[in-house]
Formats: sequence, structure tokens, C-alpha cells
Amino acid sequence: MSEPGQINGKSSEVVISARGVVNGFGDRIIHDHIDLDVRRGEVMGLVGGSGTGKSVLLRTIIGLNKQKEGSVKVFGAEVGDADNVSMRALQMRWGVLFQEGALFSSQTVAENIQVPLREYTKMTQNLMNEIASMKLSMVGLPEDTAKKYPSELSGGMKKRAGLARALALDPELLFLDEPTAGLDPISASNFDGLVRDLQKSLGLTVLMVTHDIDTLRATTDRIAVLVDKKIKIGTIAELRKDPNPWIKEYFSGARGRAALDS
Amino acid sequence: MVSLTDVRPVEERAWFKTERRDNVLRFIVGGDWTLPEAPRLDPKLRALDLSAQEAEIDGKELDKLDSAGAWLLLRTKRAMEDGGAKVRSFVIPESYGPLFGTLEREHTAPPTPEMERPPFLYRVGRGFMHSMTQGYEMLGYLGRVTVETVETIGPQKQLRWKAFIHQVEETGINALPIVGLLSFLIGVVLAYQGADQLRRFGAEIFTINLLGVSILREVGGLITAIIIAGRSGSAFTAQIGTMRVNEEIDAMQTIGLNTVDVLVLPRVAGLMIALPFLTFYSDIMAMIGGAVMCYFDLNITFPAFLRQLQGAITLNTFLVGMVKAPVFAFVIALVGCFEGLKVERNAESVGRLTTRSVVESVFLVIVLDAGFSIMFSILGI
Repeated sequence: MSEPGQINGKSSEVVISARGVVNGFGDRIIHDHIDLDVRRGEVMGLVGGSGTGKSVLLRTIIGLNKQKEGSVKVFGAEVGDADNVSMRALQMRWGVLFQEGALFSSQTVAENIQVPLREYTKMTQNLMNEIASMKLSMVGLPEDTAKKYPSELSGGMKKRAGLARALALDPELLFLDEPTAGLDPISASNFDGLVRDLQKSLGLTVLMVTHDIDTLRATTDRIAVLVDKKIKIGTIAELRKDPNPWIKEYFSGARGRAALDS
Repeated sequence: MVSLTDVRPVEERAWFKTERRDNVLRFIVGGDWTLPEAPRLDPKLRALDLSAQEAEIDGKELDKLDSAGAWLLLRTKRAMEDGGAKVRSFVIPESYGPLFGTLEREHTAPPTPEMERPPFLYRVGRGFMHSMTQGYEMLGYLGRVTVETVETIGPQKQLRWKAFIHQVEETGINALPIVGLLSFLIGVVLAYQGADQLRRFGAEIFTINLLGVSILREVGGLITAIIIAGRSGSAFTAQIGTMRVNEEIDAMQTIGLNTVDVLVLPRVAGLMIALPFLTFYSDIMAMIGGAVMCYFDLNITFPAFLRQLQGAITLNTFLVGMVKAPVFAFVIALVGCFEGLKVERNAESVGRLTTRSVVESVFLVIVLDAGFSIMFSILGI
């Protein structure tokens, strides 16, 4: 777990470190030697236009996609080369929320949350039920959700349940893939608050892919923008001064201004 | 296997102790109250005697606290309060205040008890009612498809020829290799087993009679229908089911397309054309398999095989097998489409209903075959 004194980016310890990452499909390069550092305790947003490979970069960092060149280190361990044991060790320290929640459809929400607990700890069923119920209340889902199957949940509830599963092992690092896409504005803003609250109380490091400029403003400390196969990192204020036309349009277009200047 | 304790070694083992002075219970905790320690702490905490008038919780010596540890602490605190004790002080390091506060605020309801398994008789009854409803719905669907099929014969509607031809190709022509190979092998097996038994009576030549009658009347049609139920019936359910999940069917309906017209009729008609041809092909392949086996096992040459076969079967033997094929095709296509349209809007139900579609159509094919046998024997064919 992170030291409580190091919350909110005060520490300079680097949790995710990508160096010279190259990704592409066939001859088409989508990431051309990208560097990315995420420090402990910060919330980093990852944005970019459609097809710039935001999800690909996220998948590379969590080891679902092998980069063509370069290295990705999480907690100092190389992700791509991680052998089975050390990869599992890494996986226990992070939680991933996929776009649609990616809940296991044959299991109830409570069983979904208990999957990592059952795999990695030796708890009694009683304690696991209690922890599942606690996680549900942490993500703001009603108590009776525990017994429901994913097919009975709405999109927003699936995301919350997915987040509860991602938090099951009290991870130090959380990956969120478009956490607010497809939610109504009220749910989306609740979700932002939730991420911020959890980040504060658990001292999490968060890397999130998002399009939502409101979410960026509400939750992130720094933002990484994928543009022209490269990455540009900075706070919102810094990025608004960037001369790149796409970044200009993104932060200073009608929607960007409406969200940021309000 | 890696376990959590290997990855997050506990630096300071979690501990707790209780002290009683007068009527005050002091509950002192320290160390790493984290997830790896939770399984060890849990039973000990449950076993604690927490009855007192007043209580103090002292967590000053906590080194680490995560949400699992916070939950255990909160649970113990609540157990004290439920036992009638007044918690007059509660101290934990400041940095863990927000975490504990969030938990205490958000988590109010007690954990829900496990759902009880309904009693045996209830489950039997529910299963029975479910099959009855299923049968009833299927009957309704059969009616609808029949009406729509009859309408296509009339002037106001026309069969979608392109889709129909596509289905014939997909379910008929593309199935030729697998049907051919399996039928050939069935012919080989039947001839071998038949020859083995009949040789004991010196009646090897009647292997050909056995082959002719059993393949043409029963085996050819049945084996083809079962292969196609597994190959095309399941494909119908999966295709239509996936369209259902993607809301394509809803889109069709809002555009004004009739789903039975667009999806079901071409499949039913296509399979009703394809399956008789496949059955005929299967008959031939199985006979070839039998003839090959007779040649190697019994030294019966092909001309001799054909001469004996001609004497063994009549045109009726062949027709009895063939007349069943369109009926089987109709049932397989109907069940496949019916289950496909019943898919709900989640991927899991596609898999479940595809399995059910195959089981149901194979079941119905065999039941119908038995029905045909009884009918033919009464009619004396």
C-alpha cells in the first residue's frame, strides 16, 4: 500500500514507466517511441482522437498487448517480459476496469467481486460476502445488487460493479478504460466524484482513458495526450497553451471551453 | 502458486488486544491491518467477547490500513455497539480517517444472507411448467410460420430468393464434405458389423440386404438430420441470436421488415430443399462405404454388390427414407430460428439457447423418426 503521506503526487516515485514504446498493426505505426511516467498517488488522464491508440497503450501497460519496441515497467517490473509468477504478482497489485465492466456473465455481482479474493487469499465465505458487500457500498451500489447477474444491470451499474471487482484486492494502481462513456451526465459526475474519493481514501494511483473533458477536469492531476503518434503530458493549464491544432481544438473548442471555463 | 502474502509481505503483523478496567473495554489494535492479514484476524475477532458498558478503540499504533482492515475494524466497532456498549473514543491515525469515514458512511446495510435453494418439488414443478410453456410457444410459432409460408404462395408476398439461395448453399453445398465423410464411415462400420454376425450363419451375402434396408430407410436420413441439426440448426440460433444482441432485429422491425419473412422463411425453405438432397447424397456415400468394406472383407465385387442390392430393396425403401427429410428439415430450421429469436440482449443467452436449440432439434428428429416408423408399420409399407 502507498504511504499516506505520499498521496496526491507529493512523492516522485514512478509507478508506471514506459520508454520508447512502439506499437502498430502491420505497417501502420500508431505509437512512435512514446515515453510515459505515472507517479505514485496521481490521477493521470489519457486522451486522444479516435484511432490514436489510447486503449492499445492501456492494454500494452497491463500486458494484454505486446509492444513492438521499447519497455514498459510497472512497479519496476518489466510487463512484457514478466514471467508467469512475477506477472501474477503485478496483477495482484493493480485493478482494471474495462469499458463495459467485463463482468463474468455466469456469476452474480457478489461472486464477481469475490473472484480475486478466492484466487489469492484463503478467506472464509462469510468474510468474502462481507467484503463484497462493503465494496458494493463503496462504489455506491445498493445492497441487493450483490445477488443480481450482470445481465440484470444497467450500463452504469455494470461499470460500478466492475470497479468494485477491480478494487477487490485493495490495489495500489487502478486502470480505468473510458469509465464515464455511455453514462448520463449525473451518473458520470457521480462516478468522477467516486474515483476522486476512492483515490483519496485508498491512496490509489489511477490511469484512465477518457474522452470526457468534464471527467478530466474533475479527477485528473495530469493529462497525457496522444497526438501524431507521440505523447504530450501536462496539466490542463499547460496543455491549453500547446500550439498543436488537435490539442487546441480539444481544450479550446466549444465543448472544451464550456467544460473548462465554467 | 503465488498468494497475496508473497506479493505484499506484511512488515508488521496485525495484532489486537483487549483490556478491561471496571466496565470499560479497551480494544487496542496495531500493525498492518491489510487484506493479506484479514483471513487470520477474521475468526479471532468474531470470537471476541465484546460485552461492556463503555468501550474505547485505540488504533494509534496502526501502521497500515486498507479497506479490508477498515472493514474488520468497523465490524468490531458495530458489534460493540450492538452489544450495548457505548464507544466513547475511537482513535486511528489521521491519514486513514477519510477511508474509514467513507466506509462508515456508505456501508449501512448488513450483508445479505445467501439465497436458499428452492425445495425439490418446487424445482420439478417449475421445470415442468417451463417445458409446457416452451411447447406452447413453439406451437404458436409453428402456426405463425405456417401462415406466413402459405402467404408467400399467394400474390401479395414473395420469397426472398437471394437469401434462400444463400441458405441452400450454406446449409447444403457447404455441408457436403462432412456429411459425405461421416456417411461413408457409417457404411463401413455397418458392413463390417453385419458381415461379422452374418458370417456365423454362412449368410454373408445378406450383409448387402442389411446395408440397403437400414441405410436407405433409417440411417442415412437420421445421420444427415443429426449432423445438420448440429451444424446448421445451431448456426441459425447463433446468427439470429447475435442479431438480437446487436439490436439488429429491433432495427428491422422499426424499418418495417417482417422478421419471419426476412430471417425465418429463407432458412426454413432453404433447409427443406437442401436436406433431402443431402440425405440422398448420404445414402449414396454410405452405400459406397458398405461396398468398399464388402469388397475387402467379404470379397464381394462391385457388380455382385449391385446385383444383390437390386434384389434387396425396392423403390419404396428409398422413398420411405427420403420422405422424412423435408419434415426433419422443417423441424430443425424452425427450432433453430425460434430459439434464435428468443435470445435476450446479452451474449450469454446466445450460448445457452444455441445449446438448447441443438438438443431440442436432435430430440425432435429422433421422436419424429420413431413416429414415422410406427406410422409406416401400421400402413404396412
